[in-house]
Amino acid sequence: MLKIRNLDAGYGKLRVLKNISLHVDGGEIVTMIGANGAGKTTLLHTIIGLLNPTKGEISFQGQSCVRTAVGRIVASGCALVPEGRQVFAPMSVEENLLLGGYVLQRKEGRAAVQAELEHQYDLFPILRERSRQLAGTLSGGEQQMLAMGRALMSRPRLVMMDEPSTGLAPLIVRDIFQIIRRLRQEGNTVLLIEQNAKAALGIADRGYVLEVGKVILQGPAADLLANADVQRAYLGREKIA
Amino acid sequence: MSLDLFFQYLFAGITYGSIYAIVAIGFNIIYNATGIINFAQGEFVMLGGMISISLLQFMPLPLAIAGAVVITMGIGALIEILFIRWLESPSVLRLIIITIGISILLRELALHVWGESIRSLPYFYGNEITTFSLGSVHLSPQVMWVITACAVMVGGLNVFFKGTPIGREMRACAANRTAAMLCGINTRNMVTLSFMLSAGIGALAGCVMSPITYTQYDSGASLAIKGFTVAILGGLGNSMAAVAAGILLGILEAFSVSVVPLAFQDAISIAILLLILFVKPHGLFGSSEAARLKDF
Repeated sequence: MLKIRNLDAGYGKLRVLKNISLHVDGGEIVTMIGANGAGKTTLLHTIIGLLNPTKGEISFQGQSCVRTAVGRIVASGCALVPEGRQVFAPMSVEENLLLGGYVLQRKEGRAAVQAELEHQYDLFPILRERSRQLAGTLSGGEQQMLAMGRALMSRPRLVMMDEPSTGLAPLIVRDIFQIIRRLRQEGNTVLLIEQNAKAALGIADRGYVLEVGKVILQGPAADLLANADVQRAYLGREKIA
Repeated sequence: MSLDLFFQYLFAGITYGSIYAIVAIGFNIIYNATGIINFAQGEFVMLGGMISISLLQFMPLPLAIAGAVVITMGIGALIEILFIRWLESPSVLRLIIITIGISILLRELALHVWGESIRSLPYFYGNEITTFSLGSVHLSPQVMWVITACAVMVGGLNVFFKGTPIGREMRACAANRTAAMLCGINTRNMVTLSFMLSAGIGALAGCVMSPITYTQYDSGASLAIKGFTVAILGGLGNSMAAVAAGILLGILEAFSVSVVPLAFQDAISIAILLLILFVKPHGLFGSSEAARLKDF
């Protein structure tokens, strides 16, 4: 579904991503783990088109999406749940969700948006309760759910999530990961970017480890969980000799 | 001061105040979409007046006004496309200087097209000496036209921003531009639209006020300063506060005539602008927290 080959990207002269190659197949949950500053967010911004790569190729469903406007990429079925939620704070929960349905309305009309809105309310019952409330007044966990619901309103084929667990209480993190699992059951494909390596590898099929802009390890999630280097660097476990 | 005189001043203040409010709302619409102050806002008002006066030779008044509004909206869109749209992540200061350049350009163009003469539209109803009485206060019917037009514009904008999908998309752009892009919204088109919208309401204000205040090629500059004062006074980006602040400034100016000579009237708004910028830069109705997050 998503294929990236030899991708270089950065800001001005700063090269953040160096020769990255990865792929995500339909129906998979793929996770990318790595420390702060490894280039995880830059990678997602490059895929969605907020940032132009300096080199390399990105293709989504067989179509190249390098130097394509963000709106086009979103309309083609790729959605990003951004880091730090980025909800429309002065607008109501329902307005946030309706805005997420912008591309759906263009493609399939208002009735489809209404149906999708109901679907999101079923997936996140708390949002239905809070539908009239301003998004900025929600708690962190609720805002994360709103950001996910907003991205899902476009009925994407691939959902990319940028650190959905950051700054949330452990119980809420568990809920969020539960929802990601459910998304896959509904036939979505997920590219999950996380610092919480244990939880992310726990639900993923495959994983990549990113370090200072390079993919240093990749493989099935279970293998990465068992990998000694990953355990030492990201799971906080000392190797026992 | 007699009670009659008090009301006479009050109505004069509300009339001018609602014009200032409309100019300030024009500032706010563009500020919300782009984070910049468009210093050519006053020129939109001047263009509205001038174009409608020229069109009046060929068509009846309502059509001339509608034509002027549409043409000015086109000019607004053209300006955005020519001077703003293609810039890659420009700084706020650069954009502001560009708008100052645009305002000078428009003023000089107006000087070439219409010359230095002072023009005006005819009174929409009656003439210069027609009055009607509200209790013991005598008012020109044009005053009611100005106040009504401003009220309708404010109400219409409210419905547009709160009730229509495209208004919602513009608010989304103002609230969080990156998130709006991630929803698939073309934020550049929204910026063009914001220029069209503020050009349009500026032009309409220019038409309804023209019979009272007259229109000249450089009448935009002083209006821009008044409108800017009002926008700052209310808190940048807050259109409803701009209405309150506009009427407040209009009334202050009107009553100042009884204390200081008429010639100092313009100095009042400049003094208020300076005072506000020193003491409460986030405006009377804005929160200081929100102001700290703004670039300008």
